[in-house]
Amino acid sequence: MSADPILAADVAAAPPTAIELVSVNKWYGDFHVLRDINLTVKRGERIVVCGPSGSGKSTTIRCINRLEEHQRGQIIVDGIELTNDLKRIDEVRREVGMVFQHFNLFPHLTILENCILAPTWVRKMPRKEAEDLAMHFLTKVKIPEQAGKYPGQLSGGQQQRVAIARALCMRPRIMLFDEPTSALDPEMVKEVLETMVSLAEDGMTMLCVTHEMGFARQVADRVIFMDAGQIIEMNEPNAFFSNPQHERTKLFLSQILH
Amino acid sequence: MDVSAPPAGKPSGYVSSAMLQQQPPPVSTTGPIAWARAHLVGSVGQVLLTLFGLWVAYVVIPPVVRFFFIDAVFTGTNRDACLPEKVGRDVGACWPFIWAKWNQIIYGFYPEPERWRVNLVYALGVVLLVPLMIQKVPGKRLNALAFFGIYPVVAFVLLTGGDLGLRGFLLSRLGLGGVFTNIGQAIGLRSGFWPDYVVSALLISAIVAAVAPVFAGNRRTAGKGMLVVFAVLGVVLAAVDIPFGLTSVRTDLWGGMLVTLVIAVTGITASLPLGILLALGRRSQMPLVSIASTAFIEFWRGVPLITVLFFATYMLPLFLPGGVSIDKLLLALVGVALFASAYMAEVVRGGLQAIPKGQYEGAAALGLPGGLMMRLVVMPQALKLVIPGIVNNFIGLFKDTTLVLIVAIFDLLGALRAAFADASWATPTTVVTGFGFAGLFYFVFCFGMSRYSMALERRLDRNHRH
Repeated sequence: MSADPILAADVAAAPPTAIELVSVNKWYGDFHVLRDINLTVKRGERIVVCGPSGSGKSTTIRCINRLEEHQRGQIIVDGIELTNDLKRIDEVRREVGMVFQHFNLFPHLTILENCILAPTWVRKMPRKEAEDLAMHFLTKVKIPEQAGKYPGQLSGGQQQRVAIARALCMRPRIMLFDEPTSALDPEMVKEVLETMVSLAEDGMTMLCVTHEMGFARQVADRVIFMDAGQIIEMNEPNAFFSNPQHERTKLFLSQILH
Repeated sequence: MDVSAPPAGKPSGYVSSAMLQQQPPPVSTTGPIAWARAHLVGSVGQVLLTLFGLWVAYVVIPPVVRFFFIDAVFTGTNRDACLPEKVGRDVGACWPFIWAKWNQIIYGFYPEPERWRVNLVYALGVVLLVPLMIQKVPGKRLNALAFFGIYPVVAFVLLTGGDLGLRGFLLSRLGLGGVFTNIGQAIGLRSGFWPDYVVSALLISAIVAAVAPVFAGNRRTAGKGMLVVFAVLGVVLAAVDIPFGLTSVRTDLWGGMLVTLVIAVTGITASLPLGILLALGRRSQMPLVSIASTAFIEFWRGVPLITVLFFATYMLPLFLPGGVSIDKLLLALVGVALFASAYMAEVVRGGLQAIPKGQYEGAAALGLPGGLMMRLVVMPQALKLVIPGIVNNFIGLFKDTTLVLIVAIFDLLGALRAAFADASWATPTTVVTGFGFAGLFYFVFCFGMSRYSMALERRLDRNHRH
């Protein structure tokens, strides 16, 4: 597929370092859920995060758009450091798109309305322009014909593709994916993954929590393995899969790769 | 086809050889006969219940129809028309009583030459409300502004006569009354109110703009916003202050359906927005807001409406400084509105609790700030979920308006009871007829609200099935 001109232009305008996590620590009550996370993501880089449940991988990416608050360390997204300042948080969220496991589409709005809500209210884009942009991205995820329907009338795979289009309508420079295919029927996983691959081909900076190892091999620049709240191993995909170093990584890979 | 046991000597696998076509269902599962079988005579218990239902209908319906229609009297000028001795037969409902007292039931003691004003308010209300309730009619925004913003002011002026003769605003209370009165008279005004208002508005807006940065606000927008608020308030105050030449009608002359509708409509339209604010307040992260909202809700839910009305009308004046008197109907209106909003708050809170966390996160991840998130994503879904509860409250409120009788405000039921005292209409069936009519009145309104809400629910449901 040829590169999307809108996405390519947005990514080119972004600063060279997309995300920087420096010694990030987080606690849920007494539970130390993130332990000294250090990670630098460059513009255009695609990173896949995997690990057993409860390892802190979702929490990590949810900290990047402040859906979760970190207690110690620094998170700098697109040159903006996340603090308690609400203005900065909103600023970061405008630049960072997120796709959730359970889609989180707004059931009371049509697909098109879902897509233009944030651009018109947050970016103050004229409605016509927002609709054109939404149709552009709905076409990109291959469901422009569903624009007038409500989320409840779509299949899971279609809903997730709408969720991706909705996030893209804010013209984000970074996309976060939190287990985007885990809630889907097996037949629908592929269509969502294809959409994500095409995004990667456009040069989008992506941070993706997933267990789709085929996807990781195909598009990831780096694969991160987390366990017990810390980064255990990080490597480029070929080395990660063929030659894991840590015992925990070897065990994990032997469980999920058949 | 038989798939239970594979024939001997053949492999046990099975491959479908053709896609089966859809066939029509058996006759016994569709149509009226099937319906009757499923719902009326499906089992012995159902048969018994069906028979019991028929018996109840037989016992109740014919006597009611007989009383209100067959044996009823429809014409006459006084009690003689409805007395069995004079008519020479059993007499059911005495409808001429209702016709004779019609004006009293509709307007109370509202002076006769001024009743066109009440009619105009009724008519305006219908003209504005009906298109608002029909989805297909365009211009909802303008229509809503007219009904919720302009109509109340117009209705107030029409019903009371307006011309309040406002004396002083804030600064006059602080001892500057004389100065403003002089200014007012110098430019040909009746009092110092408007000079005071303008100066106060400018002063307060300036103060708000000055302290805005402390609360992380923008000076310009805060000051401008405050000026807009004062401008709108000024227009409203001007409307009720300007003498339009209408005769003033004191609220203790209002009565009947007029009072019932004024209280019900005010309560209904005030309780929903207030309830939403209280529900949001109760869920607020800020302890002060949350505690204040909770205390308010629990207080108003904890006291009976009768106590509220009684206290407001008879006890409150004792605590006010001498010479200050507040209109009785106004007190009742405020009491009913606050009372209803406390109940509404809990209904709305129930709806808010049913919205999954993912909706908040989805909105937050798109960069929608808290206020917009609530307004565009959470509240529309929460309110849709609790439509049955909201309408339940509306209906309860509509009927609770009859309690104002306790503080000598004559609503529909009060006007009716006053009419019962008229000796020239004393017949054995007068009271039953009157209450029958009142029952019909309340039923029509409540049933209407109920049906409308059900239609609304169906419409919204069609839109977003989960």
